[in-house]
Amino acid sequence: MNVEQKEPARGGAIETREIVAGFDTREVLHGISMQIQPGQVTALIGPSGCGKSTFLRCLNRMHELVPSAFIRGSVQLDGQEVYDPELDPVFLRRRVGMVFQKPNPFPSMSIRDNVLAGLTLTNRLKASEADLLVERALNQAALWDEVKDRLKSPGMSLSGGQQQRLCIARSLAVDPDVLLMDEPCSALDPIATARVEDLIQSLAGDYTIIIVTHNMQQAARVSSRTAFLLSGELVEFAETNTIFTSPRDQRTEDYITGKFG
Amino acid sequence: MKKNHEIWYERGFLLLCGFSVLLPLAILFYFVAQVVMDGFGRLSLQFLLGFPSRFAEQAGVLPGLVGSFYLLLITGLIALPIGVGAAVYLEEYGKRSRLATLIEVNISNLAGVPSVIYGLLGLAVFVRALGMGRSILAGGCTLAFLVLPIVVISTREALRTVPQGFREASAALGATKWQTIRGVVLPEAMPGILTGAILALSRALGETAPLVVVGALTYVTFLPNSLNSPFTALPLQIYNWVSRPQAAFAANAAAGIVVLLILMLAMNMIAVILRGRMQNRR
Repeated sequence: MNVEQKEPARGGAIETREIVAGFDTREVLHGISMQIQPGQVTALIGPSGCGKSTFLRCLNRMHELVPSAFIRGSVQLDGQEVYDPELDPVFLRRRVGMVFQKPNPFPSMSIRDNVLAGLTLTNRLKASEADLLVERALNQAALWDEVKDRLKSPGMSLSGGQQQRLCIARSLAVDPDVLLMDEPCSALDPIATARVEDLIQSLAGDYTIIIVTHNMQQAARVSSRTAFLLSGELVEFAETNTIFTSPRDQRTEDYITGKFG
Repeated sequence: MKKNHEIWYERGFLLLCGFSVLLPLAILFYFVAQVVMDGFGRLSLQFLLGFPSRFAEQAGVLPGLVGSFYLLLITGLIALPIGVGAAVYLEEYGKRSRLATLIEVNISNLAGVPSVIYGLLGLAVFVRALGMGRSILAGGCTLAFLVLPIVVISTREALRTVPQGFREASAALGATKWQTIRGVVLPEAMPGILTGAILALSRALGETAPLVVVGALTYVTFLPNSLNSPFTALPLQIYNWVSRPQAAFAANAAAGIVVLLILMLAMNMIAVILRGRMQNRR
């Protein structure tokens, strides 16, 4: 066995069983079971309203922040039950980061403070490590060279694409195992999108990434496995290549060939 | 192409709107000009640093100025923490509970209660029940309760302008609710909160009736030296001078009004500048 091979010790394996979730009386997800491999990019595709985002938000327990939300079923992160009533979701979210559709750096904070926000907010920042941490996270997010001379300027002074990479750096700085991305490129122009896609690929291996996307080319470009959701059901989940070349389900084929959606 | 009557309609509307802006401004300007003309002759360092006197020419507003300053200090120290705390609870924690809805309705009502009623509350609770007597502390507490609804309402409004996305981003980083509020929501809302606070305090600065009920004096020849000290306030001093028959005291009243107006203007300017500065920072 090759010793230099990247250790799989870094966690991030997610297994969901029969997730049923929704709001008030409206059920959005009707029982989704999925096994997500650690260190891989998994894409979730499907038409608007199929429950991709809701599913994603079930994985880091953001779903339950909406007052009328409900959820049943089980999510396990490296074998540990995420919905264990003993587990404070706060600690889960430090292991499962999230990048949102719209770039949302904190306006009252500088670029540097935004990167450190996850640690300062939770009083876990060691001052001596701050500089190194900022540089590492911004490097990981491929933003360091563009901002290293103006770390003190406001996060909002960056362009949209830079803001989104700043948000990714902010998520990485808390050292998560999993990164959830909810249509991270839908508010960006094509060039900024390409940069974020490159970034996602460079992060694969170190992190488990689950990305919701409307853009099938994007799913094909960045992910190794793709799940197709339709009306709250998981229709097909396989290697991205398989999904796009020889899907087993007729509905998957219809969707990726553009017959609906 | 627009028809003729549409253009006239348009012009008429513009005229109407311009008139509604100019009318109150003109009335205000007339009043301010009148007061300044009456009182300007009396404005001097001696007037600002002098004590009340039987002789209008020698009278000054120092006890009123100092009294108002201490009152604002007490009012701010009490009303701001309680008001902001209540607003944070209502907006961030108790949003959907029945208790919060009940409190919310009551706060809106309280903001509309005449200030004399607050004076009676102050008299019953602070002066008598809590045994503070007719002290500057009792006056400050009374004013604090008077402006509390304003602080709560303006703080809630400021909290509401913070987009939900920032709360979610903070939660997704593993911050608890309180950490999110302290580290993200309050800093974002701070310009609005401060503006509301200063406007609330400038309301307190102008209040007269509740202080009369609580038992503030109108003829004070000393400065308050403790929280239990009897006191007067600038508007009370003005009220006292206005009620005198001699013309010389009317001039004093006008001069006092000018001082009060300048103070209020200064406070509102600070609010505007603070808001501008905080918004530029982002």
